[in-house]
Amino acid sequence: MNPEELHSLAEERREALDQFQHRVVVCTGTACQAAQSQKIIEALDGVVKERGINGRCAVSAGGCRGLCSAGPMVAVEPTDVLYQGVTPDDAASIIDSLESEPVKALTCDTSAPFFTRQKRVVLEYEGRLNPESIDDYIAAGGFSTFVRVLTEMTSSDVIEQIRQSGLGGRGGAGYSTALKWSTVAKALGTAKYVICNGDEGDPGAFMDRSVMEDYPFKVLEGMMIAAFAVGAQEGFVYVRAEYPLAVKRLKQAIRQAEKYSLLGNNICGTSFSLKLDVRLGAGAFVCGEETALIASIEGKRGSPRPRPPYPAESGLWGCPTLINNVETYANVVPILREGAEWFAGIGTERSKGTKVFALSGAIVNTGLIEVPMGITLREIIYDIGGGIPDGKRFKAVQTGGPSGGCIPEQYLDMPVDYQSLAQVGSIMGSGGMIVMDESSCMVDVAKFFMEFCMTESCGKCIPCRVGTAQMYRLLDKISQGRARLQDLEVLEELCDMVKHTSLCGLGQAAPNPILSTLRYFREEYLAHIVDHVCPAGVCKIAHEEIAL
Amino acid sequence: MSRVATLKINGQDVSGREDETILEVARENGIPIPTLCQIEGLSNVGACRLCLVEVTGISKLLPACTTRVAEGMEVRTESDRLTHYRRMAVEMLFAEGNHICSVCVSNGHCELQGMAVALGIDHIHLPYLAPRRGVDASHERFTFDANRCILCTRCVRVCDEIEGAHTWDVMGRGVGSVVITDLNERWGDSPTCTSCGKCVQTCPTGALFIKGSAVGEMTKRNTFLTYIAQMRGNLK
Repeated sequence: MNPEELHSLAEERREALDQFQHRVVVCTGTACQAAQSQKIIEALDGVVKERGINGRCAVSAGGCRGLCSAGPMVAVEPTDVLYQGVTPDDAASIIDSLESEPVKALTCDTSAPFFTRQKRVVLEYEGRLNPESIDDYIAAGGFSTFVRVLTEMTSSDVIEQIRQSGLGGRGGAGYSTALKWSTVAKALGTAKYVICNGDEGDPGAFMDRSVMEDYPFKVLEGMMIAAFAVGAQEGFVYVRAEYPLAVKRLKQAIRQAEKYSLLGNNICGTSFSLKLDVRLGAGAFVCGEETALIASIEGKRGSPRPRPPYPAESGLWGCPTLINNVETYANVVPILREGAEWFAGIGTERSKGTKVFALSGAIVNTGLIEVPMGITLREIIYDIGGGIPDGKRFKAVQTGGPSGGCIPEQYLDMPVDYQSLAQVGSIMGSGGMIVMDESSCMVDVAKFFMEFCMTESCGKCIPCRVGTAQMYRLLDKISQGRARLQDLEVLEELCDMVKHTSLCGLGQAAPNPILSTLRYFREEYLAHIVDHVCPAGVCKIAHEEIAL
Repeated sequence: MSRVATLKINGQDVSGREDETILEVARENGIPIPTLCQIEGLSNVGACRLCLVEVTGISKLLPACTTRVAEGMEVRTESDRLTHYRRMAVEMLFAEGNHICSVCVSNGHCELQGMAVALGIDHIHLPYLAPRRGVDASHERFTFDANRCILCTRCVRVCDEIEGAHTWDVMGRGVGSVVITDLNERWGDSPTCTSCGKCVQTCPTGALFIKGSAVGEMTKRNTFLTYIAQMRGNLK
């Protein structure tokens, strides 16, 4: 495929789409599929055929609109009407109202802050594209950036653009993407690899799943540009097996891209060749850690190894390897298309661009959002998220999953960026955001995350393997009201030791949920220990039997 | 060709090749650093965390067994903080398994016991996890007692890297991790085990021992590893 061919293919496809006066796009993300969106497509198709308007109205599968709690979502284009909570029975009324006023009862207000306060870069297509059709993606301008990069830019041009954009790794730490790319590009060795880390495993996080499901081509295009920039000839998308739809769509996307010769040998008649493939994770959280992920792709047990050497120097099969998160790759195409300056204009001084968050927990609008860095937690929770349901009071918001922390009310007006979150004892993490109201017990929350870390520890290093089990037992004891103040001392001692001596990020960050809840909600721990009460009424306090 | 670096360990000027680790250079200069998973002649995994050292300018503690020396590095192998962490790590091992020295074949020759003595550990302040673990005595010459295993993976590595059989590996996660033979079959039924006994000789505790050993009788001989390492080094 050369640039002209891509251009004419896009034109053709756009013309084909323009023939339809109406397009009805049904969300086929995991949440909406679970709410029967596939049946809605069939029902809509049936009605369209029945009415004999299949030449004028197209029904197609689309991606996530973000408001998962109101699913299944159906959008009508070009009028931009969005319906929520649709059932297969609503098909007739939706089709019949295409020419007239939209169905009132089902209309979702797209002027609500949930939609207007977001800034979409990663999710720029807003679910309008059919995730299973490369033609749709090409019609929307897809792969033109890759082809331009390939034919007009050098590796160092690309890295310079990424550097100017200020993009930081979206896996959680925010490490400079350009620095990683240039390290791999400069590393010695002829065989190099690119890896996309799609092993999202934090409880309550589903950003990467959604991006992979809805925009598999965009993720691939980002990887392809990265491979060109670092000089890799082969790459893997590592996806957890618990995401079957993402796996299916990524595999399909790779096949379709190969068919169009966008992947393979001598792409666009240049000397650049690239082969991509999907590898499945078998359910271990620790495989999201880069060295464990690499071991897993190599067919070994997914255990981390000490770094250095970093994968950029010695990664997959000992070769220089670039490993980035799904969302990081999804940012690459918009940056190179719109320019580094545009991207650097979004966000704060030190955290550029946007961040996708998965809002869940005690919040009205559960779903997927993308916001500019620097937005406050209050805006996210109260404006976009719609606040706390049932008139309850906000207590804390948990970011960063099991490696993150709980942020209390007094920091609600703090800007969301890598540095501010770290200052209050949490992390940006991959983007899980769990909102908790007054009915949550913070000891119980810490116990939940510690149980997660304990069962997900790979067992290789002593502090993480034994330390997480010890900490979990102590938290369990506290939550049962059987602990003494001395136990709290041991717990804090363990937190310090595990944090500073564990081999990989899992262990080093495992104490964070305890440390942050102790920092802001110490009185709740003391209530369990000293007064034998759980203030939130969550923990079952064991009352000691009196020996007669 | 690796360059030679000069560095300071505990204030003492030492020199090392840049492909050598802090641990190698320290030992060469008579500076002891405690280790359990590390053994000369096998690959280093950095799992036991006892060899963590402080390096000036680096906020994280670094494992001496896998960190290479560099020009101008300033390493401290002893501090109150390091001793505290080392003691906790060893206590964690005692609390994790079922280590009852008085009835153990390795009593008096056990590296875990020796480490506890060296670090002055006289009681364990963490609660014992007291797991239910089994014993595999199906092999005709050796026994594996999982209660005494500290998951150092020396057996896994020696079997893979020296014997080339790869009979041993690790199964499970977290505190549920356990070393197994083949696909968790009985050791005695293993089609890959060559019965060479290298795993038994490199095991730091009484987890792997020769049948018929009574309490305190099991001494391990692992000098063959140094010999093999030297031979392999010379063959390079």
